[in-house]
Amino acid sequence: MFMKMLVSSLIRRRSRMLAALCAIAIGATVLLGMAAISYDIPRQMGREFRSYGANMVLVASGEDALLKLEDSDRAAEVIPEKSLVGMTPYRYEIVRINMQGYTAAGTDFDQARRTSPYWNVSGAWPKEENDILIGSDIAEFTRLAPGSAINITGRASDGARFRRDMTVSGIVRTGSVEDEFIFMRLDTLDALMGNSGVAEVVEVSIAADEDELNALAAAISNHAPGVSPRLVKRVTQSETTVLSKLQSLVFLVSLIVLVLTMICVATTMMTVVMERRKEIGLKKAIGADNRSIAAEFLGEGMLLGVMGGILGTVLGYFFAQAVSMNVFGRGVILDWRLMPATVLVSVAVTVAACLWPVKRAADVEPALVLRGE
Amino acid sequence: MNILELKNVSMIYGQVKALYDVSLSVEQGEWLAIMGPSGSGKTTMMNIIGCMDRPTNGSVILDGEELSRLSPAELTAIRRDKIGLIFQQFHLISYLTALENVMVAQYYHSMIDEGEALLAMERVGLKERAKHLPRQLSGGEQQRVCIARALINYPRLILADEPTGNLDETNEHIVMEILRKLHNGGSTIIVVTHDPEVAVEADRTVFLEHGRISNVVRKNDVPDAVKAKDMQLSSAR
Repeated sequence: MFMKMLVSSLIRRRSRMLAALCAIAIGATVLLGMAAISYDIPRQMGREFRSYGANMVLVASGEDALLKLEDSDRAAEVIPEKSLVGMTPYRYEIVRINMQGYTAAGTDFDQARRTSPYWNVSGAWPKEENDILIGSDIAEFTRLAPGSAINITGRASDGARFRRDMTVSGIVRTGSVEDEFIFMRLDTLDALMGNSGVAEVVEVSIAADEDELNALAAAISNHAPGVSPRLVKRVTQSETTVLSKLQSLVFLVSLIVLVLTMICVATTMMTVVMERRKEIGLKKAIGADNRSIAAEFLGEGMLLGVMGGILGTVLGYFFAQAVSMNVFGRGVILDWRLMPATVLVSVAVTVAACLWPVKRAADVEPALVLRGE
Repeated sequence: MNILELKNVSMIYGQVKALYDVSLSVEQGEWLAIMGPSGSGKTTMMNIIGCMDRPTNGSVILDGEELSRLSPAELTAIRRDKIGLIFQQFHLISYLTALENVMVAQYYHSMIDEGEALLAMERVGLKERAKHLPRQLSGGEQQRVCIARALINYPRLILADEPTGNLDETNEHIVMEILRKLHNGGSTIIVVTHDPEVAVEADRTVFLEHGRISNVVRKNDVPDAVKAKDMQLSSAR
């Protein structure tokens, strides 16, 4: 009889109940959408944040000045492939152009484009063995432009002099120390210096938050003892700050939506109680106690919460996909646990919103049915 | 044996004495009518007898139980177990069928029994209309559903507030016939009415005026025609 009364009340008084159902469904839609996006933000933003540059550097451990590349390859084995955005070695040596000394950096340009996507290169990235990039400060000082031919001299590791004709393929501008460097392929620099397999530093870009990076650093130290991994705090902490602020914002929006849903449901339920005062009075007159009246209204609320929650969960999935596609340019991965959680929260919010109206309903006097109000 | 006893009952709202020092006894199986002009205290008396209100002073004993000191929850239990209420405006639940309206009273009382509810519908001649919603029933039919609901839990006392007040003559006769049968079956009935034709059926009629009992007329004291005329005069006052 209890369920019959609840279902009949909802079905046969559908216009009022539809208003409450819509409020709950919209609340659940936004809630699930926000929760899904919030849950997926670290994954979504992780890749976006990689445009900030490397968030970990590998240097030689102990007293060694140079890192063996075989050690850095060993360190790479620890990093999950799907998280590893790029891993760029840098070997620094002094070279001369027209007797003026400059720092030459040998690197892997394909990897450098991944770990340092913020590099602004005018001209072209080096392709050939003798192509180089020069920093904008050097270009300004030497009046070199893309396509210029230069002669680079210096001393190899064994002290022998070297000389090579090279071509400026592009000019790099970062607003940082890179503007004062000459970049060439690592194998080219190795050939000039007469030895290979070492670098001063290897920059690593990993799609992970600060905690995961710390865990990876510890794992690298264990797996590759010759490597000392260090987090680039400037980057990792900025990412953590932005992520936490973004998640706080989403949390606040969700909270506001929940409160608005509660207000809407409470208002509707209060209207329902006012409309049904005579019915409540009658039920009390024929023997319903306050607990029965409360159970009926809370039951209606719970039923509405379940229906609105399920409807909102379905709509929320599409809402999250639409928002994610528009903001991040890729779909959201929905954690299935959010679905029952959304329905439960919808029920809890609806029941909470019903508490005050239910109290008002329990306060209705049975005598009003005799007064003909 | 008295099923109901009011001893020096008063109901005072601020300066207003809705009911003042009223004493009244109702015997088991008696049909009592309460008449009086608007504001005479009829509704207040109904509320007190129907366990929907407690008097300011005096005592009310229903079926041997003192009501005036019971809590609202205890009064609800008494109302549920011992009183069947019939309303002038029927007060059926709009979204339940006629049968479900009867079963609601069972549900609040103990447990539902559809067969018994159908029997109650049959007693008021509405078995065929059991699955109809209230809006699909005439006023007279709605009142008969209301009566079936009042009877379903075998109450010790049937309390009717203007049971024919909203009915045409045909339906009035049908409802009165049902009440007559109930009375003949031994039910105790208290009817509040403006209608002398209804009151004339009662064993005893109590007239209220300004919250006090002004007159009592017994059915056996005078012939019906004289009594009805007397009632009309008293009611008009």
